[in-house]
Amino acid sequence: MNRKPKSIFMSIDWITILLYVILITWGWFSVCGACYDFSNHDLFGWETNSGKQLVWGGTSLVLAALLMLVEKKFFDSTAYFIYALIIFLLFITIFIAPDTKGSHSWIPIGPVKLQPAEFAKFAVALALGKYMSEYNFSMRNTRHFSTLVAIIVVPMLLIIMQRETGSALVYFAFFLMLYREGMTGSLLFTGFATVLYFVVGLRYSDSLMSYLPVSIGEFTVLLLSMIFTTMLSWIYYRDTDDLKLMSAVGLGTTSFMLLFAFFVIPFNICVIMLTVNILFVLYLVGKALYYKLYRYLLIALFCTFSSGFYYMCDTIFDHLEPHQRIRIEVLLGMKDDPRGAGYNVNQAKIAIGSGGLTGKGFLNGTQTKLKYVPEQHTDFIFCTVGEEEGFIGSFGVLVTFLCFIWRLIILAERQPDTLGRVYGYSVVSIFTFHLFINIGMVLGLTPVIGIPLPFFSYGGSSLWGFTILLFIFLRMDAERNVQKVK
Amino acid sequence: MSDPKYEYRKFVIGGIVLLIVITYSIRLAYLQLMCEDYKVFADSNAFLNNVIFPARGVIYDRNGDLLVYNQPAYDIMVVMREVENLDTLDFCSTLDITKDEFIQRMNNIKDRNKNPGYSSYTHQIFMGQIRSREFSVFQEKLFRFKGFYLRERNVRRYTYPNAAHLLGDVAEVSPRDIERDEYYDPGDYIGKQGVESSYETDLRGVKGVQVLLRDAHGRIQGHYKNGAYDRKPVPGRNITLSIDMELQRLGERLMEGKMGAIVAIEPSTGEVLAMVSAPNYDPRLMEGKERSRRMSEMFKDPMKPMLNRAISGTYPPGSTFKTSQGLTFLQEGIITDKTIYPCAHGFRYGRLKVGCHSHPSPIPLIPAIATSCNGYFCWGLYYMLGNRKKYPTVQQAMTTWKDYMVSMGFGYRLGIDMPGEARGMIPNANFYDKVYRQNWSALNIISISIGQGEVTLTPLQIANLGATIANRGYYITPHVVKHVEGGKLADSLLYKHVVPVDKRYYEMVVNGMRGAVIGGTCRGANNPWYEVCGKTGTAQNRGHDHSVFMGFAPRNNPKIAIAVYVENGGWGATYGVPIGALMMEQYIRGELSEASKQRALSIQGRHIIYN
Repeated sequence: MNRKPKSIFMSIDWITILLYVILITWGWFSVCGACYDFSNHDLFGWETNSGKQLVWGGTSLVLAALLMLVEKKFFDSTAYFIYALIIFLLFITIFIAPDTKGSHSWIPIGPVKLQPAEFAKFAVALALGKYMSEYNFSMRNTRHFSTLVAIIVVPMLLIIMQRETGSALVYFAFFLMLYREGMTGSLLFTGFATVLYFVVGLRYSDSLMSYLPVSIGEFTVLLLSMIFTTMLSWIYYRDTDDLKLMSAVGLGTTSFMLLFAFFVIPFNICVIMLTVNILFVLYLVGKALYYKLYRYLLIALFCTFSSGFYYMCDTIFDHLEPHQRIRIEVLLGMKDDPRGAGYNVNQAKIAIGSGGLTGKGFLNGTQTKLKYVPEQHTDFIFCTVGEEEGFIGSFGVLVTFLCFIWRLIILAERQPDTLGRVYGYSVVSIFTFHLFINIGMVLGLTPVIGIPLPFFSYGGSSLWGFTILLFIFLRMDAERNVQKVK
Repeated sequence: MSDPKYEYRKFVIGGIVLLIVITYSIRLAYLQLMCEDYKVFADSNAFLNNVIFPARGVIYDRNGDLLVYNQPAYDIMVVMREVENLDTLDFCSTLDITKDEFIQRMNNIKDRNKNPGYSSYTHQIFMGQIRSREFSVFQEKLFRFKGFYLRERNVRRYTYPNAAHLLGDVAEVSPRDIERDEYYDPGDYIGKQGVESSYETDLRGVKGVQVLLRDAHGRIQGHYKNGAYDRKPVPGRNITLSIDMELQRLGERLMEGKMGAIVAIEPSTGEVLAMVSAPNYDPRLMEGKERSRRMSEMFKDPMKPMLNRAISGTYPPGSTFKTSQGLTFLQEGIITDKTIYPCAHGFRYGRLKVGCHSHPSPIPLIPAIATSCNGYFCWGLYYMLGNRKKYPTVQQAMTTWKDYMVSMGFGYRLGIDMPGEARGMIPNANFYDKVYRQNWSALNIISISIGQGEVTLTPLQIANLGATIANRGYYITPHVVKHVEGGKLADSLLYKHVVPVDKRYYEMVVNGMRGAVIGGTCRGANNPWYEVCGKTGTAQNRGHDHSVFMGFAPRNNPKIAIAVYVENGGWGATYGVPIGALMMEQYIRGELSEASKQRALSIQGRHIIYN
């Protein structure tokens, strides 16, 4: 007890810190590669981005050390206050931030610009942890759950109002943490299904099946809706008769209609498939009411939503902003536009592809150096890794991130209390989301959403933001034994 | 504490992360190790696509006279990275631009929305087509402006200060052009207006490209694969217009100081021989960077010199329209050549009166056309729309009437190979149902029979009516391009449109129009050399009447059909007839007689004051 400081020092998770230092150093070298050019060989000057990034990295280490001195108690007691402060900051940013490429999220302070949105994540994670560790908290309680959603959505809306939709989307990551804490998995699954329907439905809405006047997108979504509905009712109630009946009706009708349309007369089989989906809904509703098994109602709702979603898709799509619509179209390969919206992605793929196995060597990338790739030192930093360090380097980055996130999961699992675990999983979720979107967009797999790659992308705000997020957690983790002693 | 029920979910979350990393690793392996498309870039080199611009096709008139050609001019290029210690003041004064303009241009280059392929290492276009005077000064000082270069480009030059509307011009592509057609890059030129625009794809040719290799220091290492991927530019196609430039220039001279249009068509082919819109402007003033300034000046001009009145202006056709009415009534059996209608200084029905000048009454069709009798055609329409035996309702009668008008090329675009053609207006039954709430008769709309009221036509449509009568019942889609080198005209431009009216009825109308020239309203068009047929029009208007003439010559095997429209020119005989007569004389005889030259000079000098 009286050796508290030492025991804390001993309990620090040095593996995570090692991974952190590896990532941050690797990141700095990448920024050098992205910013270095023929006329300017100075990697350390304040004039260059690499020089500035060095300063951000150094200050981050200091920041990290300072954060290790702040006790968990402090964050426990001030979580709501910090949250309120950040919300206020996000709010006033909308009004005081000057227009930077259309977004109002950067506040100039002297020679640097700060982006409050990057600092909001840890505040939200703290507030969620604090709220969920209240002794009577329950995920099943609708009011409690709504409060959680509100804590997540309020900063999201404020960031959207700053015209930084990309940064706002990051907050969806918290639902992954909520899943760990007991949020029903079907919510996560529904989200997944929605994205799947949207992508498949939209991508193939205009292409017809080979011998039928039927949109492939419409057909696939309706088929998936049947399959998912059958699967869900099996998972929830394990009723073999249901499984047999529903798969017989669903798959049977579909294959029969396909054959009928092929051999006898082509017709719009989607009408039949829609009917089958409606039958499923009616059957499930009937079952729910008869046996008083109300989860059937939810599955029926899912089925209704699924089959209706395709028809809503176009409407949703038409209501997106034009630049977002174009990005989605380019991503889905519906529009080949290598000069416009597809330009970044296409150039990014060329840069990465040109790296080959071993890459062109540090500072020897041409695609990135000749500035073919825009935003290459921020959102598209992974291009530089791919080009200069090749497959070995970029695969290494992926694996390092994998180890890093896995280590964080282990850390989160060993937290003695809810605040620590919730906060830990929030950190895991945020890093996962950034990794998923950022590298995905560079590889042309996810939409181009302008969010940084942690520790790699150039920028003080994001580096500080991630450092704060991480080290608050590491300090919490370091205190885990202390609390046990108590 | 944590509900142990959910502890398995740590594996789900860990699994999700693993799945992401595996997926991305596969994708990486595909891009970096397997995909050949990207591998070609793997040799530490980067491509530089050096675009070579083809020469744009030149434009001739129907006699092979060169009208539009290319001349070298210079674009100023900039490599942003190399710009340093620029004396902005000196730079701006050399190019005669303001400092704001300079900053604006530099910012536009850097703006990725406007210039998506921007790189600070490559040549970016700073300013296009500088004038030769500025060029020579700039070239002398070039060594002082680090980072700036000159690039040779061709610009359009015009032999004559005429036919601006017809020829159109070229200008830098707008962002919308780039979006519409991926052929274009920022700084490219594209035809705007006129033939330059409608035949853009023929005239522009195909850009060539040299694929050059650069090393990591930006130095050019030579052609990629010894030029295997280089493409030579394909020069644009030359175009021969159907326009007779001599005739065009005479037309523009005659229209000096007036507003209006002249359109002359070769009836047998639909080829447009002259297309004058007044006021006009000198196409040579639209070159290079002067263009935008001139454009905005002309947009502000209340006389609207930019408007090509020949195809975009819509006017009441006045009495020239009566010919189409006569044809319709004859074909529908409302009248025969023997039918006579009274005209006591006009059409009177109850309190309704449409005035007319004095002439013998009652009269049959042919003299009615020759003397341009209003009463005759009002009665004709009255009996047609009122004929309940033939048409159950007035709406059906009106629809029949409208179909005739549409078959003659009115109410819709004729489809000429020029941008900006207007439709004009032919009202239909629906239109009047709305205006008069279903309750109307011929008397409400009687003025359309004499080319007034709701009816409007473009001068092109009036000329085409002349061509249709000259052909005795058909027309070829009017077009201004006779021949595209190495290509062919669109089928729609050679299409023969047949009007469902008998040839003998056309002959009657021709007789009427001949009568107008011999002893009717167009006596001024008569001449000893060939037989002219014509029809005047005096279109009523809020201000002074418009002077209109439509005619063709010779009567048999016509070579030219013409429409002249002079806004606020008064009687058809005042401006329309003499201008039409001079134009036909020029074209058919190849020159003007001494007397006609005098007359042309006097008409050229007569200006109408517009306010």
